[in-house]
Amino acid sequence: MKLSLIARERIFASSLLVPCFLFVVFFALYPVSYSFFLSLHKIILGLPSLGQPFVGLDNYRDLFHDQVARHSLSNTLLFVFLSTFFELLFGLIIALVINRQFRGRGLVRAAILVPWAIPTVVSSQMWRFIFNDKYGLVNFLFYGSHTSLYAAWLANPLTAFAAIVIADVWKTSSFAALIILAGLQLIPDELYEAAEMDGASEWQQFTQITLPLIKPALLIALLFRTMDAFRVFDLVFVMTQGGPGDSTNVLQFYGYKKIFAEGLMGYGSTISVLVFFITFIIALFYLKLIGTSLFQEKQ
Amino acid sequence: MKKALFHITVFVIVVLSLLPFLWFVNTSLKTSLEITSIPPVFIPSGTVQSYVSAMKDYNLLHYVANSVYVAGATTVITIFLSVLAGYALARLRIKYKGLLMGSLLLVSMFPQISIAGPVWRILDGLGWLNSYQGLIIPYVTLTLPLGVWILASFFSELPQELEDAARIDGCGHLQTLLRIMVPLAAPGVFTAAILIFIYAWNEFFFALLIMTRQTVQTLPVGIALFQGQFTLPWGEIAAASTVATVPLVLIVLLFQKQIVRGLSSGAIK
Repeated sequence: MKLSLIARERIFASSLLVPCFLFVVFFALYPVSYSFFLSLHKIILGLPSLGQPFVGLDNYRDLFHDQVARHSLSNTLLFVFLSTFFELLFGLIIALVINRQFRGRGLVRAAILVPWAIPTVVSSQMWRFIFNDKYGLVNFLFYGSHTSLYAAWLANPLTAFAAIVIADVWKTSSFAALIILAGLQLIPDELYEAAEMDGASEWQQFTQITLPLIKPALLIALLFRTMDAFRVFDLVFVMTQGGPGDSTNVLQFYGYKKIFAEGLMGYGSTISVLVFFITFIIALFYLKLIGTSLFQEKQ
Repeated sequence: MKKALFHITVFVIVVLSLLPFLWFVNTSLKTSLEITSIPPVFIPSGTVQSYVSAMKDYNLLHYVANSVYVAGATTVITIFLSVLAGYALARLRIKYKGLLMGSLLLVSMFPQISIAGPVWRILDGLGWLNSYQGLIIPYVTLTLPLGVWILASFFSELPQELEDAARIDGCGHLQTLLRIMVPLAAPGVFTAAILIFIYAWNEFFFALLIMTRQTVQTLPVGIALFQGQFTLPWGEIAAASTVATVPLVLIVLLFQKQIVRGLSSGAIK
Protein backbone atom coordinates (compact mmCIF):
# COMPACT_ATOMS: atom_id res chain seq x y z
CA MET A 1 0.00 0.00 0.00
CA LYS A 2 1.30 3.41 -0.88
CA LEU A 3 0.77 6.15 1.67
CA SER A 4 -0.40 9.55 0.56
CA LEU A 5 2.10 12.41 0.62
CA ILE A 6 0.38 14.09 3.52
CA ALA A 7 0.30 10.89 5.55
CA ARG A 8 4.00 10.40 4.96
CA GLU A 9 4.71 13.97 5.99
CA ARG A 10 2.69 13.45 9.18
CA ILE A 11 4.63 10.30 10.05
CA PHE A 12 7.94 12.05 9.41
CA ALA A 13 6.87 15.05 11.50
CA SER A 14 5.81 12.81 14.40
CA SER A 15 9.11 10.97 14.37
CA LEU A 16 10.90 14.32 14.62
CA LEU A 17 8.74 15.41 17.55
CA VAL A 18 8.86 12.20 19.58
CA PRO A 19 12.37 12.56 21.09
CA CYS A 20 11.71 16.12 22.23
CA PHE A 21 8.36 15.34 23.77
CA LEU A 22 9.63 12.18 25.47
CA PHE A 23 11.83 14.45 27.61
CA VAL A 24 9.04 16.94 28.18
CA VAL A 25 6.50 14.29 29.15
CA PHE A 26 8.74 12.17 31.37
CA PHE A 27 10.72 14.90 33.09
CA ALA A 28 8.28 17.82 33.20
CA LEU A 29 4.61 16.90 32.73
CA TYR A 30 4.69 13.57 34.54
CA PRO A 31 6.63 15.02 37.53
CA VAL A 32 3.99 17.74 37.98
CA SER A 33 1.23 15.17 38.36
CA TYR A 34 3.55 13.00 40.45
CA SER A 35 4.01 15.96 42.82
CA PHE A 36 0.25 15.99 43.32
CA PHE A 37 0.30 12.24 44.04
CA LEU A 38 3.14 12.66 46.55
CA SER A 39 1.30 15.49 48.30
CA LEU A 40 -1.54 13.08 49.22
CA HIS A 41 0.85 10.75 51.04
CA LYS A 42 2.99 10.80 54.13
CA ILE A 43 6.54 10.23 52.95
CA ILE A 44 9.59 10.91 55.08
CA LEU A 45 12.91 10.34 53.34
CA GLY A 46 14.74 9.48 56.55
CA LEU A 47 12.15 6.86 57.55
CA PRO A 48 11.76 4.44 54.63
CA SER A 49 10.19 1.84 56.94
CA LEU A 50 7.19 4.16 57.23
CA GLY A 51 6.26 3.34 53.65
CA GLN A 52 4.05 5.91 52.03
CA PRO A 53 0.60 5.78 53.61
CA PHE A 54 -2.20 7.65 51.87
CA VAL A 55 -3.32 10.59 54.01
CA GLY A 56 -5.79 12.33 51.72
CA LEU A 57 -5.78 16.10 52.10
CA ASP A 58 -4.12 16.10 55.54
CA ASN A 59 -0.94 17.69 54.18
CA TYR A 60 -2.98 20.51 52.64
CA ARG A 61 -4.78 21.09 55.94
CA ASP A 62 -1.40 21.33 57.67
CA LEU A 63 -0.15 23.67 54.98
CA PHE A 64 -3.12 25.95 55.55
CA HIS A 65 -2.23 26.27 59.23
CA ASP A 66 1.51 26.51 58.65
CA GLN A 67 2.54 30.05 59.67
CA VAL A 68 5.93 29.80 57.93
CA ALA A 69 4.25 28.74 54.69
CA ARG A 70 1.86 31.69 54.86
CA HIS A 71 4.74 34.00 55.58
CA SER A 72 6.70 32.55 52.63
CA LEU A 73 3.70 33.06 50.38
CA SER A 74 3.32 36.72 51.31
CA ASN A 75 7.10 37.21 51.01
CA THR A 76 7.05 35.65 47.55
CA LEU A 77 4.14 37.81 46.39
CA LEU A 78 5.79 40.96 47.74
CA PHE A 79 9.08 40.01 46.11
CA VAL A 80 7.38 39.33 42.77
CA PHE A 81 5.51 42.63 42.91
CA LEU A 82 8.46 44.81 43.91
CA SER A 83 11.06 43.22 41.67
CA THR A 84 8.90 43.10 38.52
CA PHE A 85 7.75 46.69 39.11
CA PHE A 86 11.28 48.06 39.30
CA GLU A 87 12.57 45.78 36.54
CA LEU A 88 9.92 47.02 34.13
CA LEU A 89 10.51 50.64 35.16
CA PHE A 90 14.29 50.45 34.74
CA GLY A 91 13.90 48.20 31.70
CA LEU A 92 11.75 50.85 30.06
CA ILE A 93 14.25 53.60 30.82
CA ILE A 94 17.16 51.53 29.50
CA ALA A 95 15.21 50.55 26.38
CA LEU A 96 14.28 54.19 25.63
CA VAL A 97 17.94 55.16 25.98
CA ILE A 98 19.30 52.38 23.76
CA ASN A 99 16.60 52.98 21.16
CA ARG A 100 18.23 56.33 20.31
CA GLN A 101 21.04 56.59 17.83
CA PHE A 102 24.28 57.63 19.49
CA ARG A 103 27.97 56.80 19.37
CA GLY A 104 28.95 53.79 21.44
CA ARG A 105 25.42 52.40 21.49
CA GLY A 106 26.65 48.84 20.87
CA LEU A 107 29.00 49.08 23.83
CA VAL A 108 26.24 50.32 26.12
CA ARG A 109 24.06 47.42 25.02
CA ALA A 110 26.89 44.98 25.75
CA ALA A 111 27.40 46.59 29.18
CA ILE A 112 23.78 46.12 30.22
CA LEU A 113 23.92 42.49 29.11
CA VAL A 114 26.71 41.75 31.58
CA PRO A 115 24.46 41.55 34.68
CA TRP A 116 22.07 39.33 32.74
CA ALA A 117 24.85 36.88 31.80
CA ILE A 118 26.41 36.60 35.27
CA PRO A 119 25.40 33.38 37.07
CA THR A 120 22.85 34.23 39.77
CA VAL A 121 24.98 32.48 42.37
CA VAL A 122 27.87 34.78 41.48
CA SER A 123 25.76 37.93 41.66
CA SER A 124 24.33 36.69 44.97
CA GLN A 125 27.79 36.27 46.48
CA MET A 126 28.79 39.63 45.02
CA TRP A 127 25.88 41.48 46.65
CA ARG A 128 26.39 39.55 49.88
CA PHE A 129 29.95 40.88 49.88
CA ILE A 130 28.84 44.42 49.02
CA PHE A 131 26.31 44.33 51.91
CA ASN A 132 28.84 42.76 54.29
CA ASP A 133 28.53 44.08 57.86
CA LYS A 134 32.26 44.53 58.51
CA TYR A 135 33.89 45.59 55.24
CA GLY A 136 31.11 45.90 52.68
CA LEU A 137 31.03 48.75 50.20
CA VAL A 138 27.51 49.83 51.19
CA ASN A 139 28.60 50.46 54.77
CA PHE A 140 31.61 52.42 53.57
CA LEU A 141 29.45 54.53 51.23
CA PHE A 142 27.03 55.39 54.06
CA TYR A 143 29.35 55.68 57.03
CA GLY A 144 32.89 56.07 55.69
CA SER A 145 35.43 54.79 58.18
CA HIS A 146 33.15 54.99 61.23
CA THR A 147 33.03 51.23 61.63
CA SER A 148 31.03 51.54 64.86
CA LEU A 149 28.07 52.69 62.79
CA TYR A 150 28.31 49.83 60.29
CA ALA A 151 25.02 47.96 59.89
CA ALA A 152 24.44 44.25 59.33
CA TRP A 153 22.10 44.78 56.39
CA LEU A 154 21.43 41.10 55.80
CA ALA A 155 20.62 40.49 59.46
CA ASN A 156 17.79 43.02 59.56
CA PRO A 157 14.44 41.76 58.17
CA LEU A 158 13.62 44.91 56.24
CA THR A 159 17.03 45.62 54.73
CA ALA A 160 17.67 41.94 54.00
CA PHE A 161 14.50 41.83 51.94
CA ALA A 162 15.44 45.06 50.20
CA ALA A 163 18.90 43.65 49.44
CA ILE A 164 17.40 40.65 47.68
CA VAL A 165 15.09 42.85 45.63
CA ILE A 166 18.01 45.12 44.70
CA ALA A 167 20.15 42.15 43.64
CA ASP A 168 17.33 40.78 41.46
CA VAL A 169 16.51 44.13 39.88
CA TRP A 170 20.19 44.72 39.14
CA LYS A 171 20.52 41.38 37.39
CA THR A 172 17.34 41.22 35.32
CA SER A 173 16.31 44.76 34.37
CA SER A 174 18.33 44.33 31.19
CA PHE A 175 16.22 41.35 30.15
CA ALA A 176 13.08 43.47 30.45
CA ALA A 177 14.90 46.22 28.54
CA LEU A 178 15.63 43.92 25.59
CA ILE A 179 12.03 42.76 25.29
CA ILE A 180 10.74 46.35 25.51
CA LEU A 181 13.40 47.47 23.02
CA ALA A 182 12.14 44.90 20.51
CA GLY A 183 8.67 46.48 20.89
CA LEU A 184 10.03 50.01 20.52
CA GLN A 185 11.79 49.14 17.29
CA LEU A 186 8.50 48.12 15.70
CA ILE A 187 7.07 51.64 16.01
CA PRO A 188 7.39 53.46 12.66
CA ASP A 189 9.20 56.82 12.79
CA GLU A 190 6.43 58.43 10.73
CA LEU A 191 4.12 58.33 13.75
CA TYR A 192 6.47 60.56 15.72
CA GLU A 193 7.04 62.84 12.73
CA ALA A 194 3.30 63.30 12.29
CA ALA A 195 2.86 63.94 16.01
CA GLU A 196 5.62 66.53 15.94
CA MET A 197 3.90 68.35 13.08
CA ASP A 198 0.71 68.40 15.10
CA GLY A 199 2.68 70.06 17.87
CA ALA A 200 2.60 67.18 20.36
CA SER A 201 5.10 67.55 23.19
CA GLU A 202 7.62 64.82 23.86
CA TRP A 203 5.69 63.69 26.93
CA GLN A 204 2.48 63.54 24.87
CA GLN A 205 4.25 61.49 22.21
CA PHE A 206 5.44 59.12 24.91
CA THR A 207 2.03 58.62 26.52
CA GLN A 208 -0.03 58.70 23.32
CA ILE A 209 2.19 56.77 20.91
CA THR A 210 5.01 54.90 22.64
CA LEU A 211 3.22 53.47 25.65
CA PRO A 212 0.12 52.12 23.86
CA LEU A 213 2.22 50.57 21.09
CA ILE A 214 4.67 48.81 23.38
CA LYS A 215 1.89 47.45 25.56
CA PRO A 216 2.24 43.89 24.16
CA ALA A 217 6.01 43.97 24.71
CA LEU A 218 5.52 45.30 28.24
CA LEU A 219 3.05 42.53 28.99
CA ILE A 220 5.41 39.86 27.65
CA ALA A 221 8.27 41.26 29.73
CA LEU A 222 5.93 41.31 32.72
CA LEU A 223 4.89 37.69 32.12
CA PHE A 224 8.46 36.38 31.87
CA ARG A 225 9.71 38.43 34.81
CA THR A 226 6.76 37.42 37.01
CA MET A 227 7.25 33.72 36.30
CA ASP A 228 10.96 34.06 36.93
CA ALA A 229 10.54 36.05 40.14
CA PHE A 230 8.25 33.31 41.49
CA ARG A 231 11.17 30.89 41.18
CA VAL A 232 13.54 33.03 43.24
CA PHE A 233 15.89 30.66 45.04
CA ASP A 234 19.58 31.26 44.39
CA LEU A 235 19.55 34.77 45.88
CA VAL A 236 17.83 33.60 49.04
CA PHE A 237 19.96 30.48 49.40
CA VAL A 238 23.24 32.39 49.12
CA MET A 239 22.44 35.75 50.68
CA THR A 240 20.14 35.01 53.63
CA GLN A 241 19.10 31.33 53.84
CA GLY A 242 15.58 32.69 54.29
CA GLY A 243 16.52 34.65 57.41
CA PRO A 244 16.61 36.54 59.56
CA GLY A 245 13.64 34.80 61.15
CA ASP A 246 11.98 33.76 57.86
CA SER A 247 11.78 37.39 56.75
CA THR A 248 13.21 36.47 53.34
CA ASN A 249 11.84 32.94 53.18
CA VAL A 250 10.12 32.37 49.83
CA LEU A 251 8.03 29.45 48.58
CA GLN A 252 10.66 27.80 46.41
CA PHE A 253 13.20 27.96 49.23
CA TYR A 254 10.70 26.74 51.83
CA GLY A 255 9.68 23.83 49.60
CA TYR A 256 13.33 22.94 49.05
CA LYS A 257 13.97 22.96 52.80
CA LYS A 258 10.94 20.80 53.57
CA ILE A 259 11.60 18.21 50.87
CA PHE A 260 15.36 17.98 50.80
CA ALA A 261 16.73 19.35 54.08
CA GLU A 262 13.99 17.89 56.32
CA GLY A 263 13.10 14.99 54.01
CA LEU A 264 9.36 15.64 54.18
CA MET A 265 8.67 14.54 50.62
CA GLY A 266 4.89 14.33 51.09
CA TYR A 267 4.32 17.59 52.95
CA GLY A 268 6.87 19.48 50.86
CA SER A 269 5.06 18.41 47.71
CA THR A 270 1.98 20.40 48.77
CA ILE A 271 4.15 23.49 48.41
CA SER A 272 5.21 22.29 44.94
CA VAL A 273 1.57 21.90 43.94
CA LEU A 274 0.62 25.27 45.42
CA VAL A 275 3.42 27.07 43.57
CA PHE A 276 2.50 25.30 40.36
CA PHE A 277 -1.13 26.38 40.51
CA ILE A 278 -0.38 29.96 41.45
CA THR A 279 2.05 30.40 38.56
CA PHE A 280 -0.22 28.52 36.17
CA ILE A 281 -3.17 30.82 36.89
CA ILE A 282 -1.03 33.95 36.62
CA ALA A 283 0.49 32.73 33.34
CA LEU A 284 -2.95 32.03 31.84
CA PHE A 285 -4.17 35.45 32.95
CA TYR A 286 -1.21 37.22 31.33
CA LEU A 287 -1.34 35.12 28.16
CA LYS A 288 -4.98 36.08 27.75
CA LEU A 289 -4.14 39.76 28.25
CA ILE A 290 -1.31 39.50 25.71
CA GLY A 291 -3.63 37.73 23.29
CA THR A 292 -6.27 40.46 23.51
CA SER A 293 -3.75 43.28 23.27
CA LEU A 294 -2.13 41.77 20.16
CA PHE A 295 -5.58 41.21 18.69
CA GLN A 296 -6.59 44.83 19.30
CA GLU A 297 -3.41 46.01 17.65
CA LYS A 298 -4.09 43.98 14.51
CA GLN A 299 -7.54 45.54 14.26
CA MET B 1 20.72 70.66 28.66
CA LYS B 2 18.56 67.84 27.37
CA LYS B 3 21.53 66.27 25.68
CA ALA B 4 23.55 66.45 28.88
CA LEU B 5 20.75 64.71 30.76
CA PHE B 6 20.73 61.95 28.17
CA HIS B 7 24.47 61.43 28.45
CA ILE B 8 24.30 61.38 32.23
CA THR B 9 21.59 58.70 32.05
CA VAL B 10 23.71 56.59 29.70
CA PHE B 11 26.69 57.01 32.01
CA VAL B 12 24.72 56.02 35.11
CA ILE B 13 23.30 52.93 33.38
CA VAL B 14 26.74 51.73 32.28
CA VAL B 15 28.35 52.40 35.66
CA LEU B 16 25.58 50.67 37.62
CA SER B 17 25.69 47.68 35.25
CA LEU B 18 29.43 47.15 35.43
CA LEU B 19 30.71 48.54 38.72
CA PRO B 20 29.39 45.94 41.20
CA PHE B 21 30.96 43.08 39.30
CA LEU B 22 34.21 44.97 38.63
CA TRP B 23 34.42 45.49 42.39
CA PHE B 24 34.25 41.70 42.85
CA VAL B 25 36.94 41.13 40.20
CA ASN B 26 38.99 43.76 41.98
CA THR B 27 38.50 41.84 45.24
CA SER B 28 39.77 38.65 43.64
CA LEU B 29 43.13 40.38 43.04
CA LYS B 30 43.63 41.48 46.64
CA THR B 31 45.47 39.92 49.54
CA SER B 32 43.25 38.79 52.41
CA LEU B 33 44.44 41.78 54.41
CA GLU B 34 43.43 44.18 51.65
CA ILE B 35 39.99 42.57 51.36
CA THR B 36 39.07 43.35 54.97
CA SER B 37 40.74 46.73 55.26
CA ILE B 38 38.83 49.93 55.99
CA PRO B 39 38.74 52.22 54.12
CA PRO B 40 38.64 49.76 51.22
CA VAL B 41 41.68 49.38 49.01
CA PHE B 42 40.68 50.59 45.56
CA ILE B 43 43.81 49.59 43.68
CA PRO B 44 44.64 45.99 44.55
CA SER B 45 48.18 44.67 44.76
CA GLY B 46 47.31 42.37 41.86
CA THR B 47 48.22 39.17 43.63
CA VAL B 48 46.85 35.91 42.20
CA GLN B 49 47.02 34.30 45.63
CA SER B 50 43.22 33.86 45.72
CA TYR B 51 43.21 32.10 42.37
CA VAL B 52 45.99 29.75 43.41
CA SER B 53 44.23 28.96 46.67
CA ALA B 54 40.88 28.46 44.89
CA MET B 55 42.56 25.91 42.64
CA LYS B 56 44.65 24.18 45.31
CA ASP B 57 42.40 24.24 48.36
CA TYR B 58 38.99 24.35 46.72
CA ASN B 59 39.44 22.26 43.55
CA LEU B 60 38.30 25.12 41.34
CA LEU B 61 39.41 23.41 38.12
CA HIS B 62 37.39 20.36 39.00
CA TYR B 63 34.21 22.44 39.21
CA VAL B 64 35.11 24.14 35.94
CA ALA B 65 35.56 20.79 34.20
CA ASN B 66 32.19 19.54 35.52
CA SER B 67 30.46 22.71 34.37
CA VAL B 68 32.03 22.57 30.92
CA TYR B 69 30.97 18.95 30.54
CA VAL B 70 27.39 19.36 31.78
CA ALA B 71 26.70 22.64 29.96
CA GLY B 72 28.39 21.39 26.76
CA ALA B 73 26.48 18.09 26.67
CA THR B 74 23.19 19.84 27.47
CA THR B 75 23.75 22.27 24.61
CA VAL B 76 24.57 19.56 22.06
CA ILE B 77 21.63 17.32 22.99
CA THR B 78 19.09 20.12 23.28
CA ILE B 79 20.14 21.64 19.95
CA PHE B 80 19.86 18.30 18.20
CA LEU B 81 16.36 17.66 19.56
CA SER B 82 15.28 21.26 19.00
CA VAL B 83 16.35 21.22 15.35
CA LEU B 84 14.18 18.17 14.73
CA ALA B 85 11.16 19.42 16.67
CA GLY B 86 11.50 23.06 15.59
CA TYR B 87 11.57 22.06 11.94
CA ALA B 88 8.52 19.83 12.28
CA LEU B 89 6.56 22.53 14.14
CA ALA B 90 7.51 25.33 11.77
CA ARG B 91 7.34 23.70 8.36
CA LEU B 92 5.43 20.44 8.31
CA ARG B 93 1.68 19.88 8.25
CA ILE B 94 0.82 18.45 11.66
CA LYS B 95 -2.15 18.40 13.95
CA TYR B 96 -2.24 20.09 17.36
CA LYS B 97 0.59 22.50 16.47
CA GLY B 98 -0.74 25.17 18.82
CA LEU B 99 -1.18 22.71 21.64
CA LEU B 100 2.38 21.41 21.29
CA MET B 101 3.92 24.90 21.16
CA GLY B 102 1.72 25.95 24.07
CA SER B 103 2.74 23.00 26.22
CA LEU B 104 6.40 23.87 25.61
CA LEU B 105 5.73 27.45 26.66
CA LEU B 106 4.04 26.13 29.78
CA VAL B 107 7.03 23.93 30.64
CA SER B 108 9.37 26.89 30.27
CA MET B 109 7.41 28.63 33.00
CA PHE B 110 7.37 25.74 35.48
CA PRO B 111 8.74 26.73 38.84
CA GLN B 112 11.52 24.18 39.45
CA ILE B 113 10.10 23.27 42.86
CA SER B 114 6.92 21.95 41.21
CA ILE B 115 8.89 19.09 39.67
CA ALA B 116 11.90 18.87 41.99
CA GLY B 117 10.70 16.08 44.31
CA PRO B 118 9.55 13.70 41.54
CA VAL B 119 12.60 14.36 39.33
CA TRP B 120 14.82 13.58 42.32
CA ARG B 121 12.86 10.37 42.98
CA ILE B 122 13.02 9.25 39.34
CA LEU B 123 16.76 9.87 39.24
CA ASP B 124 17.19 8.13 42.59
CA GLY B 125 15.31 5.11 41.22
CA LEU B 126 17.58 5.00 38.20
CA GLY B 127 20.67 5.38 40.39
CA TRP B 128 21.54 8.59 38.57
CA LEU B 129 21.87 11.01 41.47
CA ASN B 130 25.41 12.37 41.52
CA SER B 131 25.93 11.41 37.90
CA TYR B 132 26.37 13.68 34.90
CA GLN B 133 23.41 12.25 33.01
CA GLY B 134 21.29 12.83 36.12
CA LEU B 135 21.84 16.58 35.76
CA ILE B 136 21.97 16.73 31.97
CA ILE B 137 18.50 15.16 31.57
CA PRO B 138 16.62 17.81 33.59
CA TYR B 139 18.66 20.53 31.90
CA VAL B 140 17.76 19.21 28.45
CA THR B 141 14.09 19.10 29.45
CA LEU B 142 14.11 22.65 30.80
CA THR B 143 16.03 24.16 27.86
CA LEU B 144 14.04 22.39 25.12
CA PRO B 145 11.22 24.98 25.12
CA LEU B 146 13.73 27.79 24.53
CA GLY B 147 15.54 25.84 21.80
CA VAL B 148 12.41 24.73 19.98
CA TRP B 149 10.81 28.19 20.06
CA ILE B 150 13.92 29.93 18.72
CA LEU B 151 14.54 27.34 16.00
CA ALA B 152 10.90 27.18 14.96
CA SER B 153 10.94 30.95 14.56
CA PHE B 154 14.11 30.78 12.43
CA PHE B 155 12.84 27.86 10.31
CA SER B 156 9.52 29.56 9.62
CA GLU B 157 11.32 32.54 8.06
CA LEU B 158 13.14 30.47 5.41
CA PRO B 159 11.67 30.66 1.90
CA GLN B 160 9.48 27.78 0.81
CA GLU B 161 11.02 27.64 -2.71
CA LEU B 162 14.32 26.20 -1.49
CA GLU B 163 12.57 23.34 0.19
CA ASP B 164 10.41 22.70 -2.89
CA ALA B 165 13.47 22.75 -5.15
CA ALA B 166 15.20 20.18 -2.97
CA ARG B 167 12.11 17.98 -3.10
CA ILE B 168 11.93 18.20 -6.87
CA ASP B 169 15.59 17.21 -7.05
CA GLY B 170 14.57 14.05 -5.26
CA CYS B 171 15.72 14.81 -1.72
CA GLY B 172 13.76 12.94 0.96
CA HIS B 173 12.35 14.74 3.99
CA LEU B 174 15.30 13.98 6.22
CA GLN B 175 17.84 14.92 3.55
CA THR B 176 16.06 18.22 2.90
CA LEU B 177 16.18 19.00 6.60
CA LEU B 178 19.82 18.11 7.13
CA ARG B 179 21.35 19.31 3.85
CA ILE B 180 19.26 22.38 3.02
CA MET B 181 17.37 23.68 6.03
CA VAL B 182 19.86 23.22 8.88
CA PRO B 183 22.70 25.10 7.13
CA LEU B 184 20.27 27.91 6.30
CA ALA B 185 19.08 28.11 9.89
CA ALA B 186 22.66 28.09 11.22
CA PRO B 187 22.32 31.56 12.80
CA GLY B 188 19.29 30.29 14.72
CA VAL B 189 21.13 27.18 15.82
CA PHE B 190 23.97 29.34 17.04
CA THR B 191 21.71 31.78 18.88
CA ALA B 192 19.86 28.96 20.60
CA ALA B 193 23.14 27.23 21.50
CA ILE B 194 24.47 30.35 23.23
CA LEU B 195 21.34 30.81 25.31
CA ILE B 196 21.14 27.13 26.25
CA PHE B 197 24.80 27.04 27.23
CA ILE B 198 24.40 30.12 29.44
CA TYR B 199 21.33 28.60 31.10
CA ALA B 200 23.07 25.30 31.86
CA TRP B 201 26.27 27.03 32.99
CA ASN B 202 24.36 29.22 35.45
CA GLU B 203 21.75 26.79 36.78
CA PHE B 204 21.92 26.22 40.51
CA PHE B 205 18.72 24.71 41.91
CA PHE B 206 18.83 21.26 40.29
CA ALA B 207 22.61 21.12 40.49
CA LEU B 208 22.30 21.60 44.26
CA LEU B 209 19.73 18.81 44.64
CA ILE B 210 21.21 16.25 42.32
CA MET B 211 24.93 16.74 42.86
CA THR B 212 25.59 16.24 46.56
CA ARG B 213 29.04 14.72 46.07
CA GLN B 214 31.76 17.31 45.66
CA THR B 215 33.54 15.52 42.81
CA VAL B 216 30.60 15.97 40.42
CA GLN B 217 29.41 19.43 41.48
CA THR B 218 29.25 22.30 39.01
CA LEU B 219 30.70 25.80 39.47
CA PRO B 220 27.58 27.54 40.86
CA VAL B 221 27.24 24.88 43.57
CA GLY B 222 30.92 25.19 44.39
CA ILE B 223 30.75 28.98 44.60
CA ALA B 224 27.64 28.88 46.78
CA LEU B 225 29.13 26.36 49.21
CA PHE B 226 32.76 27.56 49.58
CA GLN B 227 33.44 27.58 53.31
CA GLY B 228 36.40 28.89 55.22
CA GLN B 229 37.58 27.71 58.62
CA PHE B 230 36.59 30.87 60.50
CA THR B 231 35.37 33.43 57.99
CA LEU B 232 34.13 33.21 54.45
CA PRO B 233 36.99 32.90 51.97
CA TRP B 234 36.00 36.06 50.05
CA GLY B 235 39.15 36.13 47.94
CA GLU B 236 38.61 32.57 46.73
CA ILE B 237 34.87 33.12 46.18
CA ALA B 238 35.61 36.25 44.14
CA ALA B 239 38.29 34.40 42.15
CA ALA B 240 36.00 31.47 41.36
CA SER B 241 33.21 33.91 40.51
CA THR B 242 35.47 35.71 38.07
CA VAL B 243 36.46 32.40 36.47
CA ALA B 244 32.77 31.45 36.16
CA THR B 245 31.78 34.78 34.66
CA VAL B 246 34.59 35.76 32.29
CA PRO B 247 33.63 33.20 29.59
CA LEU B 248 30.06 34.51 29.68
CA VAL B 249 31.14 38.14 29.43
CA LEU B 250 33.26 37.23 26.40
CA ILE B 251 30.28 35.46 24.82
CA VAL B 252 28.11 38.52 25.44
CA LEU B 253 30.68 40.89 23.94
CA LEU B 254 31.23 38.74 20.86
CA PHE B 255 27.68 37.64 20.18
CA GLN B 256 25.42 40.33 21.61
CA LYS B 257 23.47 40.61 18.34
CA GLN B 258 22.56 36.91 18.38
CA ILE B 259 21.67 37.03 22.07
CA VAL B 260 19.44 40.06 21.65
CA ARG B 261 17.75 38.46 18.68
CA GLY B 262 17.23 35.18 20.54
CA LEU B 263 15.83 36.81 23.67
CA SER B 264 13.41 38.99 21.77
CA SER B 265 12.42 36.47 19.10
CA GLY B 266 9.40 35.48 21.16
CA ALA B 267 8.43 39.08 21.81
CA ILE B 268 8.38 40.26 18.20
CA LYS B 269 6.10 37.55 16.96
